[in-house]
Amino acid sequence: MVLSYREALNQAMREEMRRDPRICLIGEEVAYYQGAFKVSKGFVEEFGPQRVIDTPITEAGFTGLAIGAAMAGLHPIVELMTMNFGIVALDQIVNNAAKIRYMSGGQLSVPLVIRGPGSAAHQLGAQHSQSLEAWFCHVPGLKVITPATPHDAKGLLKSAIRDRNPVIFIEAQLLYGTKGEVREGEYTIPIGVAEVKRAGRDVTIVAYSKMLLLALEAADQLSREGIEAEVIDPRTLKPLDLQTIVTSVKKTGRLVIVEEGWRFCGLGAQIAESVYSTAFDYLDAPIRRVTGEDVPMPYSRPLEDAAIPDLPRVIGAVKSLL
Amino acid sequence: MAGMDRADLLSLHRQMLLIRRFEEKSAEMYALAKIAGFLHLYIGEEAIAVGAVAALRPDDYVISAYRDHGHCLARGSDPGKVMAELFGKATGLCKGKGGSMHLVDLAHRFMGGYAIVGGHIPLATGLAFSIKYQGLDLVTVCFFGEGAMPSGQAHEAFNLAALWKLPVIFVCENNRYGMGTPVERAIALYADVAKTARSYGITAERVDGMDVLAVRSVMNKVVEQVRGGRGPWFIEAMTYRFMGHSMADPAHGHYRTKEEVEEHRKRDPLLLLKQTIVHHNLAVEADFKQLEREVSEIVAAAVRFADDSPFPTPSDLYADVLQE
Repeated sequence: MVLSYREALNQAMREEMRRDPRICLIGEEVAYYQGAFKVSKGFVEEFGPQRVIDTPITEAGFTGLAIGAAMAGLHPIVELMTMNFGIVALDQIVNNAAKIRYMSGGQLSVPLVIRGPGSAAHQLGAQHSQSLEAWFCHVPGLKVITPATPHDAKGLLKSAIRDRNPVIFIEAQLLYGTKGEVREGEYTIPIGVAEVKRAGRDVTIVAYSKMLLLALEAADQLSREGIEAEVIDPRTLKPLDLQTIVTSVKKTGRLVIVEEGWRFCGLGAQIAESVYSTAFDYLDAPIRRVTGEDVPMPYSRPLEDAAIPDLPRVIGAVKSLL
Repeated sequence: MAGMDRADLLSLHRQMLLIRRFEEKSAEMYALAKIAGFLHLYIGEEAIAVGAVAALRPDDYVISAYRDHGHCLARGSDPGKVMAELFGKATGLCKGKGGSMHLVDLAHRFMGGYAIVGGHIPLATGLAFSIKYQGLDLVTVCFFGEGAMPSGQAHEAFNLAALWKLPVIFVCENNRYGMGTPVERAIALYADVAKTARSYGITAERVDGMDVLAVRSVMNKVVEQVRGGRGPWFIEAMTYRFMGHSMADPAHGHYRTKEEVEEHRKRDPLLLLKQTIVHHNLAVEADFKQLEREVSEIVAAAVRFADDSPFPTPSDLYADVLQE
């Protein structure tokens, strides 16, 4: 069946909440407003305000509350209106959620999903356009998932909800309306498993979230020029499925990593390091990264376009390796 | 006075004495470098933990900040496992992963010590949220110093607790200093910090935190209210720490005088309870000596257990980062 990314997320949460009464949804405007991006449409009507809980604008407070609730037997899903607001809750996420199991010597668990849209949309300005996945990936004790398609979004969100650890689940505002084939019925996708989204022999492109769509578009265009790119979506950034990437690189000998986040200390730097230390001898060229520019996101359209990876930059990076 | 029971009062005295002697021994062990890192002692504040916990059921939740040994011991944790944790041993409550500031004892519903000031107060509202969500008749008690009162996370937690009528009791241990900064220089409403809680619609009152019976009496009343679903409560327990903020800080010197500390020591919670017990002819000096011997042996045994225990090995490093 064809679903939008938004509908796929809605289905995942709905199915899980029907299965397990310990699951609740907590966040700003998740109940009667139906979610700032309408991801929780119909939830308060089906599950009631006890399980679909509108909060005041206090990300640290309600994220901390959800962590405490998880410690005491619930499985909360926290919706951040955007991942940017996760910065306000970063003390709770980093100092509490990520560490409580370790600090307690394994006595306590924090089964919790924190989800919401990351990355730029259209001209939202510097405070609402950030790709913060590298921050979360840096912290031991967190899992980080960034699905790009409706099918992956549904299967991975269900796995995230069933996981016993705090999971940061990063969506994208510009993906909510995108549509794709979603498997009928009950299914999950395991956390930490990448997928080859397009097979190819000449170069490997690794891209996730919104950038996957860009990479696939680039691959189509390159194909018309006789260059066959293999496109891999890690889907989960932490734990990273390095094996799938390395297997591809051993075949193609070339790697381009596309990410919307800032270049310096970005996720691609980590992926590149992992590939260099595992498969250096198989590389025929240096790894290339196409990244967001190291600036706060500007508002003006031409400047915003200049700050985000686009088709010419991805194609240019691929061609520079051949 | 009515309701004075020898066994009950001696039990309270014994619990406070255990914390006192445990903390003194911890200071010794720190001097011997058997304990490292940050060590914040609860000496002088024992009546709050013991009085408050005495009003609870074993399945109620307790959560604390980084000055947490007293709350953990009052909850009934094994002193040997607590000391082993301070030593960083594999037999510690948290297998040596937590340390002094991060004790956890799930079996005794001690949900942890947390070391970002104010950061555990939202967690307490979450424990209470879970209680209410599941329709249980439990309460959560959240201890923190008055230094956390101006923190944003405390305010967010107070608002959520009041808004959703959560079964949580906030116990503010007002020992007059956040590290070296007196309340007058840190809190706008220093003369009545409970006013902050009241401004969120939380019922609040002040109690003499040096008087274990007063603390327990207030807590008995408050726990009944909160367990009955009447929403959160705030208690400001007036106290004083007899030692420095941590082992790096002398008891007096830069920010408070020796005279000030001596003055407060006259209201030592152990002394006050002993006076009450003696005044009511419920025990004699020999009884207190007997308690001392028992407690000293428990603390000595705790040190022996910690000393004899193995350190964790590097193979334990990655255990419990994630749950399988």
